[in-house]
Amino acid sequence: MSARSTESNAAPGSFRAKWDKYVDSVRYAKHVIFRPFDGFWDLVHEHRGTLGAAHTFLFLFLLTYILKLMFTNFQFISAPLQYINIYEQCGSLLIPFLIICLSNWCLSTLFDGKGHLTDIYMALCYALVPFVIIQLPMIVISNLISFDEAAYYSVMNAVSIIWCCFLVYVALLEVHDYSPAKTLIFIVATIFGALVILFLILVFFSLLSDAAAFFISLYREIAFRLY
Amino acid sequence: MKTIIRLLVVLALALALCPAALAAEDGYSTSYTYNYDYWGDIRESPDAYRVDQVLYSTSLGLETPMNKPQSLFVSGDDLYICDTGNNRILQVRRENGEFSLTRIIDKVAGAQPETFNSPSDIGMDAEGNLYVADTNNNRVVKMDAQLNFMREYLKPDDTTFDQNLSFLPKRLVVDTSGRVFVLATNVNKGLVKFETDGSFTGFIGANPVTITMWDYVWKSFFTTKAQRSQQASFVPTEYENIYIDSEGFIYATNVNFEEYDLLYDNAKPIRRLNSIGNDILVKNDHYPPIGELYWVEESTDKGPSKFKDITVFDNDIYVAFDRTRGRLFGYDPQGIMLWAFGTKDNSEGSFLSPISLEHMGTDLLALDENGCSITVFTPTEYGSLIYKASDEYLTGKYDESADTWREVLKFNANYNLAYIGIGRSLMRQENYEEAMEYFKMAFDRENYGRAYRYYRKQLVERNIVPLVIVVAALLIVPLIIGRIKAMRQEVEAYERKKHRK
Repeated sequence: MSARSTESNAAPGSFRAKWDKYVDSVRYAKHVIFRPFDGFWDLVHEHRGTLGAAHTFLFLFLLTYILKLMFTNFQFISAPLQYINIYEQCGSLLIPFLIICLSNWCLSTLFDGKGHLTDIYMALCYALVPFVIIQLPMIVISNLISFDEAAYYSVMNAVSIIWCCFLVYVALLEVHDYSPAKTLIFIVATIFGALVILFLILVFFSLLSDAAAFFISLYREIAFRLY
Repeated sequence: MKTIIRLLVVLALALALCPAALAAEDGYSTSYTYNYDYWGDIRESPDAYRVDQVLYSTSLGLETPMNKPQSLFVSGDDLYICDTGNNRILQVRRENGEFSLTRIIDKVAGAQPETFNSPSDIGMDAEGNLYVADTNNNRVVKMDAQLNFMREYLKPDDTTFDQNLSFLPKRLVVDTSGRVFVLATNVNKGLVKFETDGSFTGFIGANPVTITMWDYVWKSFFTTKAQRSQQASFVPTEYENIYIDSEGFIYATNVNFEEYDLLYDNAKPIRRLNSIGNDILVKNDHYPPIGELYWVEESTDKGPSKFKDITVFDNDIYVAFDRTRGRLFGYDPQGIMLWAFGTKDNSEGSFLSPISLEHMGTDLLALDENGCSITVFTPTEYGSLIYKASDEYLTGKYDESADTWREVLKFNANYNLAYIGIGRSLMRQENYEEAMEYFKMAFDRENYGRAYRYYRKQLVERNIVPLVIVVAALLIVPLIIGRIKAMRQEVEAYERKKHRK
């Protein structure tokens, strides 16, 4: 598996050049997921990845998740479709993902990490690729196998999740240039950081609503006095 | 405004925190009869039973009204009512749908003492001898049909029975060979078992002690000896009520459990005990037979179902009587809920303090302790059709059963069991594709998988030629392309070589 970059013949800065770079960075995902240690390093430090590709993978991840809920045979997943709201489902994945990126970036300053926010986001998005490439075919396969063969389905499910988790670990290790043990501690810290951020959001909105309520009641009071 | 912002925040957080925010409603139904769908949501259904009549002390022509009756027992057309507060047993006969008092049993000829003291249950063996759990006389009395004393079962003189406890038999069942199983107050080792000759032979079906890892760690390392002696020790709990079915299996209900145990079916409120006391109740539904699936804990009339009594039809359909809501839950032999109906109220068809349940054929008789009334329920056309369909299935008339299930669907299109029944019949007719449709409607994974496997096999067998061609094409075409490419490269390399020369 080579990591050769296809040199673009188009003029630098042109749309064609950007497109070529984008296609190249999407294709680069193959290298990243099979050779993660090398792949993630080059992804950020050699600028092989693009944000466009990262957005694409994140979008595909959400799409896969929704398709999985909707079209997996009911023998394996029976999502209560009458209750499911697609935006809610996407939000329940996207918001924690973004908060974790943010908390990771905030903590990388304390932990002496080398990654920028975009690097972290990009690396984590690339780490989601195995989920897409395994789960999308599994949606079709689930409609071809019966309940007795559920073992195949659950094994593949597990493989995709474990692979993704491993990639997230390697991604953080390479992006921040940490030692393996430090990465583990860092991941735990990141989760705590995410919880703190959630708490801050809660406090912020609570205060904001109190402040808004104050001004609204002030306005009402004045309006009442004037008329 | 404030509330709107709050709501938005809560919504945003809910979005972020819970993966699939499912609306789990309280199961309190506005409909009298209902059933649960696959999602555990309540589906209102037509009434499976209607009130035939309600028997009161006056309608039975009693001079002293009933006082805290505890139990019912049915044998053929005879109904026995344990009128515990008046120390007597009433025998009532049903003829042409009318109930009339035939006998008041208040003494046993030749027993010591002759009268009862709070008799709380009655049983009968195959020869027609009566057994009475004479609670406050600390005995079980056996008498013949003419009420002549035959034998009494007293506190077992055995080391396994705690001699400090008094023997307070509360419920009893008698099997066909005359063995007596007694549920006694304060005995937590299971049912007290007496052989035909009256000898005590031990306990069966003790509730297994459940202890969690956390309890163990907490008790062993974080409590002092003094504290430990203050705490309740881990003891098995006693059953609430028992019933013996036509095959000799004992059905027992249990009301002492933690609510969270119900969720993972650790509580097992209904059990079917075999001869060595193991629970062999079949549970093939998406939810175990625990009665109400959802409940709100704070209020007094809500909470998990606590089954006061259980009765089992000859076809193994069992009905449990819930004290919490005054509700009856019917389950088929596979543990699939057939219907639930009833409520706590003063009106006809509802109960104040459910205590005992019996059946005559498919009619149900429910005893109310404080109301001192017996409500007689008869199945409606809908209820009868359900029984008919499951009986037909059990006796092997699969196609007739499917037709009956189709009739049931005309009454209630949300009835999963009907879809499964029709699907099974279709599967037997090798109409797998349609069977799959029915199984899918009932979310029956296993049967669907089975039907699908046959369907897939059929499909492959019918289309074997095109399939082989497609697979072969998929394998061979890339091979050929690769071959051509390799050849072309070889030729090019040769050309270049020649050119260089």
